[in-house]
Order: sequence, then structure tokens, then C-alpha cells
Amino acid sequence: MNPCDDPLELYRRMLLIRLFEERALESFSRGLVYGTTHTAIGQEADAVGVVSCTRPGDVIVSNHRGHGHFLAYGGPAEALAAEMMGRATGVCRGRGGSQHLHWEDFYASGILGGTIPLAAGMALAERERSAGAVVVAFLGDGTLGEGVVYESLNLASLWTLPLVLVVENNRYAQTTPIARHLAGSLTGRFAAFGIPVEEAETTDVLEVRRLTQPRLDAARAGEGPQALILHTYRFSAHSKGDDTRDPAEIERYRMADPLPLHAARLAASEVERVQREVQQDLERAFAAALAAAPASPASLTPALGSTP
Amino acid sequence: MTTVLESLNRALHECLAESPQVRLLGEDVLDPYGGAFKVTRGLSGAFPARVLTTPVSEAGIVGLGVGMALRGLRPVVEIMFGDFVLLAADQLVNHAAKLRWMTGDQARVPLVVRTPMGGGRGYGPTHSQSLEKHLLGAPGLRTLAATAAGDPGALLKTAVLLDDDPVLFIEHKLLYGKDLMAGGDEVEKLPVGDRYPAYRLRVAGAPPPSLTLVSYGYPAELALQALKTLAFEHEVFAELFVCTQLAPFDTGLLKESLALTHRLLTIEEGTRSLGWGAEVVAGALEAHGAGLRAGRVAAQDLPIPAAQALEAAVLPAPDSITSAALALAR
Repeated sequence: MNPCDDPLELYRRMLLIRLFEERALESFSRGLVYGTTHTAIGQEADAVGVVSCTRPGDVIVSNHRGHGHFLAYGGPAEALAAEMMGRATGVCRGRGGSQHLHWEDFYASGILGGTIPLAAGMALAERERSAGAVVVAFLGDGTLGEGVVYESLNLASLWTLPLVLVVENNRYAQTTPIARHLAGSLTGRFAAFGIPVEEAETTDVLEVRRLTQPRLDAARAGEGPQALILHTYRFSAHSKGDDTRDPAEIERYRMADPLPLHAARLAASEVERVQREVQQDLERAFAAALAAAPASPASLTPALGSTP
Repeated sequence: MTTVLESLNRALHECLAESPQVRLLGEDVLDPYGGAFKVTRGLSGAFPARVLTTPVSEAGIVGLGVGMALRGLRPVVEIMFGDFVLLAADQLVNHAAKLRWMTGDQARVPLVVRTPMGGGRGYGPTHSQSLEKHLLGAPGLRTLAATAAGDPGALLKTAVLLDDDPVLFIEHKLLYGKDLMAGGDEVEKLPVGDRYPAYRLRVAGAPPPSLTLVSYGYPAELALQALKTLAFEHEVFAELFVCTQLAPFDTGLLKESLALTHRLLTIEEGTRSLGWGAEVVAGALEAHGAGLRAGRVAAQDLPIPAAQALEAAVLPAPDSITSAALALAR
């Protein structure tokens, strides 16, 4: 599932996310996609750095801004594009759309914070299965305003659950800057529950991996929940075009774009090859999604599977 | 004799004994306390690793149950008072109920959330309500109610061990001490339906009914008293359906009876407006409507007051059921 430790593969995954998201936005503007989307352009190093440290069998719990996590996990780009286009071949048969994805051990939902107790429950189940699996849950700075998050931190710590919480602090809850929605300390929120926490101001995928691996190892070793706070930035709007941020601020953060930062470590010819390959892969994926049959109303099965 | 409480408690013991997937979570569920209403008494002693006492975190523990269910366990979560279930409403409606369907039928959420509802004990506005009406009709969530007319333990066991979808399981507080209804001489009982049956009750040897009563939970006990009063004091013969599955509600259950009576009275303890009875009546009108007359007995549209006389005035009582039935029958 995971890109291997090969730096070129890490670049490929980040580029896949970047170009997927750009195509998704472009598909919206061309009227090919119905509904809404939340892209993770600028946050690729978080998704790839964290997910590339997981093992097969580990569980990923994602949020509304989940395409990057999904693609980093190895979720098929074609099925994701098809899901967004309402196709029968979508990863959830067109029922979930952009925010509600499930594939193998990956789950995403559009309810902020409501997924965190689920992640804790999954961690409890995984611990009892004794296969050593860990649950990684992504949440944003905005989600720290949801009360159930803190119930979950308490439960996870109390019961020493193998849960790694990754806060992607992109500094905005939709349009509201963090200074206007968050009081007190970010790390203190976890420390208060006895959860070891580390934070970093980074868009470097290798740095993210360096920070993630010990958190995953500790959770896997039975040391209980762990937290990682990644201060990042999204270059794209919250969803499609609702951006009220100062363009100069966005430009400033673009200086730390995770893609060129990592590409600088790689041979230019290799980078160019990967760029061509990812472009071709996505070309095929979006074309196949577009050509697939729309989800049919005839596929609407009852909401309850087992009838009395 | 077995009480509803004993039946439920025994069922939980059997669930834990029969399936290693079952886990029980709730506030204050450990022995010697054994839960606020003692439904979980003895369980933590017998299964210490699988009965978890939790912080006061209704949303957290229901969400935890959803996550456990998604990953192969069969959790049973107790909410100490039904009034607190709204704290977990997001978990029930947006997560438990939707996950199977919105993932294209990939995920399964075999979760049971049990909770006591209902008044009649003087607990006042936030510990006496029947709030299930606010969750009925959420697609993907089945709501069941224990009854003394059936086998509440068997109902709970089916939900815990066999149902792969989430179930909200309602237990009226005043039922806990009731003996399960024996098949006596006075009342005939006929189960209708399969997995989660309704019970069709008539006074033994009575002529064909002229009125159909539909109820669930503790108010069904009151309706049963009214059924007898109607027969013995007024010579009005009704039949009473005691439902165990409140949602989704199967109107077909009432087809044969309504074809005979053309009169329908629903009896519930939730507030009257926009409630379960309204759905039952609307469904009956759509499906079997020609010439149907209908009425509802329910709690007044008020919070439940603490003072005994006020509480009694707000909640349904046998007399109000009898009067409503007589008005409808004549």
C-alpha cells in the first residue's frame, strides 16, 4: 500500500496528489464534477510523510480534506475521480463523494471531530486483534474546536490505545485564521491528557517521516496514543473558490512548497520522468472515470441490510 | 416469573458467553454497582476484560462503539439515561447509521446502543423523556423497544448477535420490574413477524375487534389495561399491537386488522406532535386508508415536570387511552 522509502517514490506520491487535486479543481470548473471538494494542495508532505510510515493492516482515518491521504495510502486515483464524478465505478459507488471514502483500511468522513472516537474504537479493536496494527487519524486545526475530540483523547489515553493523531495545522478553519478560533496551547491540549506530542514547522516529507516513525513505533509498542502537530499551509482555497486570504501570504508560504523542496534532492531527469508518468497515469484515470457509467438510481439498495 | 430486567441481564450474559466479539461499555457498569438500573449487574465479574466502565462521555463512547463495530467487534453501549442520547446523536445519525450505505455497502456497523427512557418516576424534565422520536427515521438506524409482552432478552440477543446494522434499543424504566407477560387465560397473544416481532393481543374469547390499538414499551402496558376496561366495562372489543421495531415501521403489520376495524389508535409516551404515532397513522392512511379513522394518545407537548401530579397530567394514562378509544369507536 505504501510508497516505499525510496525518495523518488515519495516524490511520485506527492506529485500524484498535487496533480490530482489540480485536475479535480479544473474538472469542477469544466462542470464535470458535481458537488464540492476540499483540496490539499500544499499539504502533500503531511499525507505522504505520515502514511508512508504505516504498515499494511494499519488503519487510516481521514477527514473532509482527504484525497491526499487516500492517494498517499495507495487508493486508486481512478476510483476516487469516478467517485467525485458520480460514477458507478466510484470507490463508494457514487454515494459518498469527495468527503466520504472507504477503501481497504482507509476511512474518511466529512463530520469534523466525529471521526476521532471512531478512530479510538478502531484502535481498541485492533489492539485486541493483537496483529500490532495502529490507527492513524488526521485532523485539522479547525477540528480542535469540536468537543468530542477531547472525549476521545481522554478515552484513548485512559485505555492506552494504539492511536496516532496527526494535526495538520493549515492555520485556517475554512476562512477563520487560527488566532480567531483557538485559545491556549496546541501541544498543551494533548499534554493535558498525558499524550506524548511533537510539533514541527515543516513541509519536508523526509522530516515528516522522521517525526512520524517514532510516534507509530511507540503506539505499536503499546505506549498508548501519540500526537504529531504539523504546521503546514494549503495553497488552494478551502473548497473551490472561497479564498479570503491575503495573496501575499499565500505566496510567502509557496516558498516552502513541499514538491520543489524534495525534488531538489533528486536527479532532474528522474523528476522529469516521474512527472511524465504521473501525468499519464492521471490522464488515464480521469478519462476512464469520465467514460464510466454514471451511478444508476437502480443501485440504491435499502439503508438497512438485514431486514426483520 | 422473570422480570424484564432479569431477561435483559441474562441476555447480556449469554451474548458475552456466546460471542467473543461482544464488548459492553457504559458509565458505572462495573460490579458491585452494575449500572444505574442494574441491567449490567454481574457482567463485569463474569467477563472482566470485556466489560468496560467509561468516562461520562456519551458521544465518545458511542463513537468508540462505531469504530469497534467497523473493525469486527459487536459492541453494546449503555447510555445511562435516554435523555443523554442526544449527546451521541451525531455518532448515531452521521456515523453509525450512514457508514454501511455511504461506503457503497462495504462497511458494517453491528452496534447496539441500549438506553432507558420514560417517566413515571419523578426524575423531572431531563431524566424522564422518551426521546427516541428524534432519532426515528434516520436511514440506516433500526430502533427497537423492549416489551413485557414479548421476550425482551431474546430481542436484545438478536440485535447484538445477529444484526449487522446499528440498533438503538429502548428500555422504558417502568418496565424493568415488570414480569414478562405469561400466556394467561384472560388475554390471547399472537406474535406477528419474524426477527423483531410485534405481539397482537386480544381479550380471550372476545368477538372480532372493532378497534386497532398500536403501542410499544411501557405505554403498551397501559394500553393493555385499557383493552380490558374497554371489553369488560364498555363492551368495546379492540386488539392491541405491541411493536418491538419502531423504525423502520412496517405498516403491513396492521393491514389485516385495519381491514376489519377501520379504526386506529396509537399510544406512546413521546410527545404528541410529529412523533411515532403520527408516522404510524400516516402510513396506515396511505396504505389502508379507505374509511380509516385514527387518533393518537401521547404525552403533552411539554417538558416532563418533576411534581408527581404534574407529571401524571402530562403523560398518557389508562383513562386517557380508554376515552380516546371510546371516542374513536363510536
